[in-house]
Amino acid sequence: MAKKVIHTTINGEAHTHEVEPRMLLVHYIRDVVGLTGSHVGCETSLCGACTVTVNGQAVKSCTMLAVQADGAEITTIEGLAQNGDLHPIQEGFWERHGLQCGFCTPGMIMAAHQLLARNPNPTEDEIRHGLEGNLCRCTGYQHIVEAVQYAAEKMQG
Amino acid sequence: MIPGSFEYFAPTALDEALSLLQEHGDDAKVLAGGHSLIPTMKLRLAEPAVIIDIGQIGSLRGISESDDKLVIGALTTHHELESADLVQQRVPLLAQTASEIGDVQVRNKGTLGGSLAHADPAADWPAAILALDADLQIAGPDGQRTVKATNFFQGLYETDLGEDEILTAIHVSIPDADTKGTYLKMHQVASGFALTGVAVVLTKAGDTCQSVAVGITGVSDAPYRASGVESELTGAALTAGNIAAAAEKAVDGITALEDIHASQAYRQNLAKVYTRRAIEAAAS
Repeated sequence: MAKKVIHTTINGEAHTHEVEPRMLLVHYIRDVVGLTGSHVGCETSLCGACTVTVNGQAVKSCTMLAVQADGAEITTIEGLAQNGDLHPIQEGFWERHGLQCGFCTPGMIMAAHQLLARNPNPTEDEIRHGLEGNLCRCTGYQHIVEAVQYAAEKMQG
Repeated sequence: MIPGSFEYFAPTALDEALSLLQEHGDDAKVLAGGHSLIPTMKLRLAEPAVIIDIGQIGSLRGISESDDKLVIGALTTHHELESADLVQQRVPLLAQTASEIGDVQVRNKGTLGGSLAHADPAADWPAAILALDADLQIAGPDGQRTVKATNFFQGLYETDLGEDEILTAIHVSIPDADTKGTYLKMHQVASGFALTGVAVVLTKAGDTCQSVAVGITGVSDAPYRASGVESELTGAALTAGNIAAAAEKAVDGITALEDIHASQAYRQNLAKVYTRRAIEAAAS
């Protein structure tokens, strides 16, 4: 099948690649661009480990074709820290022990990033609702919620 | 899980998409947000040779008000419907239904038109679209046509949409101030899909039910209007007893689905209980 050339901007950097139309966005980000922070978890749009933002909208990159992202601005977990300083959400996960094995963490943080962009001062319920598309099998979510609360406070600073 | 190979087109105009669809016939599938089609392709339950991605056609996106109706482009996402002031003010049932779908990431990408065209028996939108008696605008090689929601859903993943047609917009009449809508859903805990979803649009005259529309999804192979419930309650006093008696008719004439998540008897019971609760909420 004919390949297609796509142009993307990922974490501020422009990329141009020729891809097979059936390539999923998460595989493009990991295997073609080489950013392996976005994880392939369930592959069925449930676990959220592959969450990235596409034009400001958090999406599950296992349920999007790379060709659908032609022309898009994409942010992955690697795009959050600036000049070696952790993003406040990353810092919150560090400070509040928001992870154990860490597999779900990139997706959790990207979903939290979307949540705080839309609702800078969420209640605990709103945080849990905002993260319902992300599964963690280690910590039981309590510390994740606290990490997001830490970040919300810090970002309103 | 990776989809089978396909040829990919991303037309930027509706006419172009329609010609591609005509050219490729049943080899082609239309891609909107992709949150029904891509999972199906990853499981190889669908292996279309051609994908026509309509995501770049701007005219299919957006929400506007015209002649006491909301006109919603087929590519409008669940999140846009959940968060738009115009929807929250004019037809809050649509915003409420949108908020019950999947999760944040799914709502950011999935579209109203895509969900309706896919016609998953456990999708949320059909219940609300049926209860609101929406009109679905469809474009095809011979031009535009409109079909009532009640005539659109025909069976398991089956709709009135022809192979060479594209659903372009959904028209919803704005209910008057005496009319209230509600959507109540029993989530299947793992997937978030509806084991039962009931949308009710109810108009009161004092304590009497002047009119009521009940759309039910998740229960049968196709979503449906619970006409037995509607005729039982219309004109009746909105007492707890009358509401409960009407809700008993929620699965009259319907063959309930049975799967690993819910037996037929359980689904029938859920439909009755959620119908009663949804009517109570709309009548309160």
